[in-house]
Amino acid sequence: MSAVRCLDLCKTYHQGDVDIHALDHLSIEVREGGFVCLSSPSGGGKTTLLNAIGGLDRPDSGEVWIGEQRIDNLSKGQLADLRLRKIGFVFQAYNLIPVLTARENVEFVMQVQGVPASQRRQKSIEILEEVGLEGMGDRRPHEMSGGQQQRVAVARAIVSRPTLVLADEPTANLDSKTADELMELFTELNEHHGTTFVIATHDQKVMRYARRLVKMRDGKIVDDIDQKAV
Amino acid sequence: MRILPVLGMLAYRNLWRNHRRTIIMLSAIVIGTWAMIFMIALMRGMVEDMLRDGIEALPGHVQVHHPDYLDDPSISNVIPIPDAELASRFESAGIESWASRVRVPAVITSERESRGVTLLGVDPLRERGLTFVDYDEVEGRFLDAADDTGVVIGRKLANTLETELGKRIVLMSQSPENEVVDRGFRIVGLFDGNVESLEETYVFIGKATAQKLLRVRDDVTEVFAFGDDYRNVEPVYERVASIMDDGVSVQRWTDIDTYLGTMLGVMDGFVLVWVVVVFLALSFGLVNTLVMAVFERVREIGLMLALGMQPRSILGQIILESMMLLALGLLIGNVLAWAAIKPLEGGIDISVVSEGMAMMGVSSMLYPKLLLSDVILANVVVLVLGFLASLSPAWRASRYEPVEAITKVG
Repeated sequence: MSAVRCLDLCKTYHQGDVDIHALDHLSIEVREGGFVCLSSPSGGGKTTLLNAIGGLDRPDSGEVWIGEQRIDNLSKGQLADLRLRKIGFVFQAYNLIPVLTARENVEFVMQVQGVPASQRRQKSIEILEEVGLEGMGDRRPHEMSGGQQQRVAVARAIVSRPTLVLADEPTANLDSKTADELMELFTELNEHHGTTFVIATHDQKVMRYARRLVKMRDGKIVDDIDQKAV
Repeated sequence: MRILPVLGMLAYRNLWRNHRRTIIMLSAIVIGTWAMIFMIALMRGMVEDMLRDGIEALPGHVQVHHPDYLDDPSISNVIPIPDAELASRFESAGIESWASRVRVPAVITSERESRGVTLLGVDPLRERGLTFVDYDEVEGRFLDAADDTGVVIGRKLANTLETELGKRIVLMSQSPENEVVDRGFRIVGLFDGNVESLEETYVFIGKATAQKLLRVRDDVTEVFAFGDDYRNVEPVYERVASIMDDGVSVQRWTDIDTYLGTMLGVMDGFVLVWVVVVFLALSFGLVNTLVMAVFERVREIGLMLALGMQPRSILGQIILESMMLLALGLLIGNVLAWAAIKPLEGGIDISVVSEGMAMMGVSSMLYPKLLLSDVILANVVVLVLGFLASLSPAWRASRYEPVEAITKVG
């Protein structure tokens, strides 16, 4: 069954007189439990595709489906609700709310969802342990390293068990060792919880973790490799 | 509603994120609130003082006259009900604070000067505590009874007439038959008024003595009565009107002295205008603070939207932040204003400027008056206007596109 389906997506940005085709009649399907890396040179369209899948940006044309729900025609409020309940996000930087502690950041999504306080607390402690941040729940983001902050972001993204996690350059600001640890965490969550991951990156090391590598250029898919088979 | 706790927590923490800016804004709100309430209390005290003195000089919350008396305040226009009958009616109606008077224009003459005055023939026992003259403060003595043959005049008038306590003066007026009537009186008391115009205008003699002088039997020109509150005279007005005949005029103090009556309405209007003016000055700072707070948090707001927070929750968070700041500022401002006014309730001596103020009927002591209704009005107006002022930055924050906000540089 499909976790994500994009059909004939187009998205054009205008810079002065120049039209930039970030997505050019692009179609892609990701199966549930998939672990997909989108790779392209800068400006190749991977972030635009990720944003369209996450309902953060609307394509000019085409359809985006999350599971059985078409999302490209939803209102702002409906998209916010969809993101809240079905999608977890990990961004390249500025992932955490600075006035909240690590635990409160993890609890944030659950709090907005209306999960009772006791459950929230229990789940956040468990998930922080799972991402290797045991005992660090009371630290504010500025008291943590970049890697630790990304782990908190991952914990927040997966704590309410979304069907889909979208990560945009999640290792861009991390050193090599921390990046490896983060990707191993993603792999583990994918294998053990069946969470679908779609990761936009141009980091070769990250690509090696993916079971499927989708290469893009100028808003088009130029290669789609099943790395497991390889 | 389930999101309210998280919005509250975010709003509170964001408020103290840039604590220096928050403290500066908070100080502005506190000072503004303090100034707003303190100034209102001073103005309210001044106006209350003017009203109280004015009502005591009238006197009364309600007055009864012959229908033509206010146009022609002469002894020809007496109330067509005998004084004894009036007393009987007021007593049977259970009205306690009332008195009847003979009040006519007259000329007072000393051996050196003459002046036009208002002659009041009063029953001193009935009027005690109802008018502006404090009997115990009178130099010499006040009148003893309605048939007292002495006269009590104001200190300022005595100076003008170049006379003094114990000396004789002549009072001259007209009888109902338009005959000139006059009589000599010995000055038995000098009174001080809160404002000098009272000392210059009014001359007191006994009511029975006045009736005899003016050749009227048991007639009076004026009856006045007090209710519980000068702001609410309807109860006493209705009771007095119910015991009067059609041929007399019953009027509220606001009808008799329209200047005083208007002043009450003007003061209420002034309170509102003053609150709005102070708030407008504050609102520039408040809106600037919120715009800066939103501008600095564009990416964070984008992140929250990306994580699934509804735009209306972002709107609520910014407004909540503004309301928290205002509420805290109002609370501290109210407490400081109360603390500043409380010790001054005994009065502020403004005798340095009292001559100028006396022209407006203001006495030399100013008693600040803090009304709960004024405090509530000031707080509600600030909160409502603060809410409206916050809408614009909050609305802008809620309309951000998450993908644009989250990638914003700086």
